Amino acid sequence: MAQVVVVTSGKGGVGKTTTTAALGAALAQTGQRVAVVDFDVGLRNLDLVLGAERRVVYDLIYVSQGNVKLSQALIRDKRLETLYLLAASQTRDKDALTDEGVAKVMGELRESFDWIICDSPAGIERGATLAMRHADIAVVVTNPEVSSVRDSDRIVGLLDAKTDMAARGERMEKHLLLTRYDPVRAGRGDMLNVDDVIDILSLPLLGIIPESEEVLRASNLGAPVTISNTKSAPARAYSDAAQRLMGEDVPMVFPSDRSGLFGKLFGRRAA
Amino acid sequence: MAAAAPQPSAATPPPSRSFKFHGRTFLAFVLKPEMPIGRWIDEADSWLSRSPGFFSAKPVVVDVSRLLLTKGKLAKLIADLGSRGIRVMGLLGADPAWVDADLPPVLTPGRAMEPETSRETCEAPAPVKPASSSLVIDSHVRSGQTLFHDGDLTIIGSVSSGAEIVATGSIHIYGALRGRVLAGADGNTAAHIFCRRLAGELVAIDGYYRMAEDFPSDLLEEPAHVSLEDGVLTIKALD
Repeated sequence: MAQVVVVTSGKGGVGKTTTTAALGAALAQTGQRVAVVDFDVGLRNLDLVLGAERRVVYDLIYVSQGNVKLSQALIRDKRLETLYLLAASQTRDKDALTDEGVAKVMGELRESFDWIICDSPAGIERGATLAMRHADIAVVVTNPEVSSVRDSDRIVGLLDAKTDMAARGERMEKHLLLTRYDPVRAGRGDMLNVDDVIDILSLPLLGIIPESEEVLRASNLGAPVTISNTKSAPARAYSDAAQRLMGEDVPMVFPSDRSGLFGKLFGRRAA
Repeated sequence: MAAAAPQPSAATPPPSRSFKFHGRTFLAFVLKPEMPIGRWIDEADSWLSRSPGFFSAKPVVVDVSRLLLTKGKLAKLIADLGSRGIRVMGLLGADPAWVDADLPPVLTPGRAMEPETSRETCEAPAPVKPASSSLVIDSHVRSGQTLFHDGDLTIIGSVSSGAEIVATGSIHIYGALRGRVLAGADGNTAAHIFCRRLAGELVAIDGYYRMAEDFPSDLLEEPAHVSLEDGVLTIKALD
């Protein structure tokens, strides 16, 4: 059965788009059929991170308004044949997205994919609420700093209030993905540590993505980090997170401040 | 206050300290009679016939600022009202020079308020306030969420930074208190706040509040009990 995942955070610049691309690619690498959908209408980026910016003909808005068929707008990744992109429009504004239009697109995507990963825009306005509306699972992307944590907390409140699942009286499955984690700075107290963030947000931990130049390099190459350098620390952390999303019990790796980022293995598991 | 105060002589004991006074505001009904007075009195009579005794034992102020009256006519108006069971405790807009023992004192204009009970007659039973209920929230209160409850409120979870919970009764938080928590919101000085971890932005009981920087530093991140003691908001360890 198809799972709709929303990647959301409230705050901008914490790594939603990077995470959407990396998780989408990691899931597709296991043979799952994956569609990544950019909801950031007017500020689309997911096509760049996936290296598909020159191949966007039709976008989410065309499909949601019924102007083209879904299959015409989906862009298949050149490296992973089970990974598809539905881009956002760069020229329209987010009011062009309607609730009914998005519901229609999501319904069609559910018929042909195992995973639909929605990249939410920052903020708590219309674009963000539309991206989360139809989700079954939320991945809350948070940086280890107080403003990001508070914004994530706000988003968690909205996930329990403004989604279809909440309207049905169900509680959405939510996961915390800690990104840009720098163990050295956390050790010095310049950043919140993992326990602080989990304590405040009270969400099960999906993964900890270490701060790494690999992520920036991958974005500039137009490839998700899980494709560009599968051996890198962030790529492995994303692949582990994808496995956990699929329900597998993968031991949590805590980035340590040793020279090897994966030097320390704690006995903790993803909840 | 023209009378000269008696000079204390050496024989009289020093004045006791029991004579004190302080200012206080009260709620009163304001009647605004209109010219001609005779017709207004007739209308008042017909209104009073439907709600007899409505004004009895209630504080009433008469606003005469829109009337052209002499002192004699004003005294008659007050007497007419008195004969209908309306005792006038003060005047608005009257010439202060008129005031003597026969007329009520002149008040300075107060703040207008919606009369909440203007449609009730005195026979109607006073509205019985529903017994306040208890509410238990079995989750976290997230940043940006606000919660109001008329009664006691229990949160089995944390109250996040940026969240606000308000209750007319006491508030119990079985997680961390990181947001703003206001108990006794409608004047209940007996309300309390309890939390397992004090890390809040603000706690308040009946409008008396303390900000995070005024919290006792030894109680931060500790179980705490907030109460109002003699008008002072007190935060103690919860043992």
